[in-house]
Amino acid sequence: MSLRTRLTRIWEFLIEKAILLAGLACVLFVVLIFVFLLREGLRTFSHISLGDFLLGRKWYPISSPPRFGILSMICGSGMVTLGAALLGVPLGLASAIYISEVAPPRLKEVLKTGIELLAAIPSVVIGFVGITVVVPFLRVAFDLPTGQTALAGAILLSLMAMPTTVSIAEDAISSVPRRYREAALALGATHWEYIYRVALKAAAPGIVAAVMLGIGRVIGETMAVMMVTGNAALIPHSLLQPVRTMTATIAAEMGETVKGSDHYAALFAIGIVLFAITFLINFVADSFLHRSRVTLR
Amino acid sequence: MNRTWIIGAGVVVATGAVALMAGCARPTEGGSASGQSIQIKGSDTMVNLGQAWAETFGAKTGIQVMVTGGGSGTGIAALLSGTCDIAESSRKMEDKEITEAQAKSFTPKEYMVALDGIAVVVNPQNPASNLTLDQLADIFTGRITNWREVGGRDAVIVLLSREVNSGTHVYFKEHVLRKGKKDSQEEFADSALLSPSSQTIADEVAQNDKAIGYFGMGYRNDRLKLVAVAKTAAGPYADPTAANVVNGTYPISRPLMFYTKGEPSGTVKEYLDFVLGPEGQRLVEEQDFVPRPMPEAPQGG
Repeated sequence: MSLRTRLTRIWEFLIEKAILLAGLACVLFVVLIFVFLLREGLRTFSHISLGDFLLGRKWYPISSPPRFGILSMICGSGMVTLGAALLGVPLGLASAIYISEVAPPRLKEVLKTGIELLAAIPSVVIGFVGITVVVPFLRVAFDLPTGQTALAGAILLSLMAMPTTVSIAEDAISSVPRRYREAALALGATHWEYIYRVALKAAAPGIVAAVMLGIGRVIGETMAVMMVTGNAALIPHSLLQPVRTMTATIAAEMGETVKGSDHYAALFAIGIVLFAITFLINFVADSFLHRSRVTLR
Repeated sequence: MNRTWIIGAGVVVATGAVALMAGCARPTEGGSASGQSIQIKGSDTMVNLGQAWAETFGAKTGIQVMVTGGGSGTGIAALLSGTCDIAESSRKMEDKEITEAQAKSFTPKEYMVALDGIAVVVNPQNPASNLTLDQLADIFTGRITNWREVGGRDAVIVLLSREVNSGTHVYFKEHVLRKGKKDSQEEFADSALLSPSSQTIADEVAQNDKAIGYFGMGYRNDRLKLVAVAKTAAGPYADPTAANVVNGTYPISRPLMFYTKGEPSGTVKEYLDFVLGPEGQRLVEEQDFVPRPMPEAPQGG
């Protein structure tokens, strides 16, 4: 009997440590990836200053001498992301409100599954739809020289960010304590007044987190964007111009570079910039998510 | 009951995954070492031609030839890192790349397997149909921005180019934009859209009457209009046809190359002989490229 308890205890100990190890492994991977990015990318700054790299307007990686300025790509990624946020956030928020507060239970299930299914569509497929439907449509609708614009990317990305935004925002709105609703309705508020005066306010940190995580998803997306935005390395002045994003540049050019060359290092340096941006966004989102849990308790 | 179900399902999924991985892994593991299959990587321009060779050769000999695209630079990088047996390239290897190969203690061998004309294409609705090399250079560097200046309608020119990993991109820049001058600093205009594949260019030009693009002759189709190109304004303007490429009147043409790791042997040699032989060269014609000029003997590099 005593042996058996001891065995059980050892077994439990092992399991516990294995799970701990799995948890630590995730953190370790992030750290390793970051170290790898730094090791390969930091060399770039031995021959270009950080300012010239971030604010340089010309990207001619294979010319001699090469020029590595990524301002146009930072603007490109920014423009597409901003557009996706403008299109996606109101839509995502509205569907989150509808699903959590208005929809009857049956419809709610259908809608939730449907929106989550959107996350299962591979990004190449979305890109393909973009190139055959969205791009020609934009060219005709706005009478543009070409439909391969930031707006085309933004439309696709707003769709792709939708599952993240909707499910987290819906979660935040649904977890507003029941007593808030009861108090509001008891004071004579209508359902709609409850939604926008009480529920949205109480869930605000969660909603901000939802939006931020959606944006994090958008800025790192590559394939769909590369297929529809035209990839011209110029600084865009409107959503109706072609743009080149940081992710598309890495994806399009990494295959060709000779390992260890300046071009290779510069692509890794773009990776560092991208990593820093997404890290910041996730960090902000996380702090909001944390705050929402604290306030609702 | 419920638990057995889950375990059962888990076992099925795991077995499936293992089988799938094993199945996928086999061809690459077999690789060049066993001599039973050949890995080829490189030029997007040549990928369809490469497939045609590979299929015919495979049907004849039973040897598996795997062809993937990605761009000439990608193929050469793969040859250098040892992940393919033959690199298909639509440009010559750069000195930098040859030095790198020598650092890995082999000398790449070059074989010209076909010729290619780079077709400049516009939408059939576009009235412009003749351009000189100078005009092309001015258009793609952004000095000419309106179709009116080259005999078209009053409309903005939309430039379509390939990404920098494309041999076609490099060739076009060096031979059209820079006219072969080593010290020239001409670049594609910032406003040029960079497409990840030749097919993307073909699709965009087919639906956009303001667009102009370029790619290997093999990608031409009926929905596009081929521009006749002349060296100087005096003419003659030549269409990108096989005959014009061979006799040199079409000014934008280039050799297509195979690169091997040193002197080829075994199946790789067999494949090379097939490609350079009459049957391989007949396929070149079928795929809308131009057979390499005789003499028969392979030209070393």
